Amino acid sequence: MLGRGEIAIVGAAESTQIGVVPGMSQIMLHADAALNAMAETGLKPTDIDGVACVGPMMPQQIAHYLGITPKWVDGTGVGGCSFMLHVRHAAAAIHAGYCKTVLITHGESGKSRINATPRPPEPESLNGQFEMPYGPFGPPTLFPIPVLRYMKERGVTHEDLATVAVVQREWAGKNPRAMFRDPITVEDVLNSRMIAYPFRILECCLVTDGGGALILTSADRAKDFPTKPVYILGTGESVETNMVSQMKDFTSSSAFRVAGPTAIEAAGIDRSAVDHMMIYDAFAHLPLYGLEDLGFCKPGEAAGFIREGNTRPGGKLPLNTNGGGLSYTHTGMYGMFALQESVRQMRGTAPAQVPGAKISVCHGVGGMFSASGTIVFSNERP
Amino acid sequence: MLAPGRAKPKPTPETKHFWDGCKQGKLLLQRCGDTGKVYFPPRPFSPYTGTRNVSVFEASGRARLYSYVIHHRPVPGFTPPYAIAVVELEEGPRLMTNIVDCEQTPEALQLDMPLEVAFTPMDEEITLPLFRPAKEAR
Repeated sequence: MLGRGEIAIVGAAESTQIGVVPGMSQIMLHADAALNAMAETGLKPTDIDGVACVGPMMPQQIAHYLGITPKWVDGTGVGGCSFMLHVRHAAAAIHAGYCKTVLITHGESGKSRINATPRPPEPESLNGQFEMPYGPFGPPTLFPIPVLRYMKERGVTHEDLATVAVVQREWAGKNPRAMFRDPITVEDVLNSRMIAYPFRILECCLVTDGGGALILTSADRAKDFPTKPVYILGTGESVETNMVSQMKDFTSSSAFRVAGPTAIEAAGIDRSAVDHMMIYDAFAHLPLYGLEDLGFCKPGEAAGFIREGNTRPGGKLPLNTNGGGLSYTHTGMYGMFALQESVRQMRGTAPAQVPGAKISVCHGVGGMFSASGTIVFSNERP
Repeated sequence: MLAPGRAKPKPTPETKHFWDGCKQGKLLLQRCGDTGKVYFPPRPFSPYTGTRNVSVFEASGRARLYSYVIHHRPVPGFTPPYAIAVVELEEGPRLMTNIVDCEQTPEALQLDMPLEVAFTPMDEEITLPLFRPAKEAR
């Protein structure tokens, strides 16, 4: 059994630029972030013996591009939370002795689309047969499908959903790398352009370019690195369905309810001990589902929890402190950036640093509620 | 006949009966032989127990509006704003569809409103199971 804090993150970096990066193709965004992460650890590609990145045929492209000969690879691709699963799988692999030093990379030219890989569902796939004929056009038309049902069952209002975007903008205002930093009000959100009712543009994530990379090793080796180690206390993962129309409960994600509590239990922590939290916010409803499904709020209480200021700067559970997918950046697979912010908070180097934070929960979603991964971090080894 | 441009489903051996049924004006679902529970999308075994002992039957076509979005941007084959809906069939399963013979507004599209299937051909090969407000509700 993998011990609490047995594995640590020793390298964590984003691409040199995020946002609009027309000067880099997708594979170079991977490499740029990987080089930045290796630079801060003093590692060279030949020191890396494990590689993880998203998708079929990708580990070999990244390994070859960077000059790595891995003994262990992982190409798990379950959407934007794939990196949480990579962290989990890498921790297990290091524990098992399959490899010693794992590099996880992400790069996506989501905005500039240089060497990007669009993959519309095949007409023979279940999505192609039973969802695509009815006019969905990307995540803004699919991810919000359960929202009206959630609002009706939980008594959540349009103002409540708008408040999620307002609070996250407040965090983004403290972050020089955030794409949108000007304060917004609930009225601004509710007057912004309608995309797919009930969601307006300010309730939808950004579309940007960027990359990120993480380097993991055993906690025993971590002390040899110049960076402050961030220990992995617990991890969880799950999937439900690739078709949002088929998710069992429109008010709660099965994948969240498995991944989140699995990670928290493995970490052996009480929820009240959590100082900082990231919940992948592709759209404004995600933090509400995340807070409830991970047990930080009772069903129906997340909207009030956010409205009362608990997740704001100075609140008792600072949430999405980089500004989130709504205001910081969202390349298409934001999970890597949520992990980067958790690591920064645990290192004490975040632009909007939570003073004295010791435990961070980082929760990701993949597809439209189709997958999930959760990591509990700490800057103290239990 | 629907306006051209929509993504057209391509049936597989496991789903052909469903699409053939739509063409004949029948909404065909499947039932688990072990539990009697109904499931969707089609597959030749039960997602509840794994048994291959399953049967195909014709559903009532009655449903209620479960959730939806109203898309405001243009997509080939659609005139915005248009609703992308999920309906819950009387037999239990939910499916994605469009709501026809109804204003595409939050006021007209009330959650839980009763609906009935409205088979609408895309072309000679494919007929889609769309839904419209049930007669008693109109």
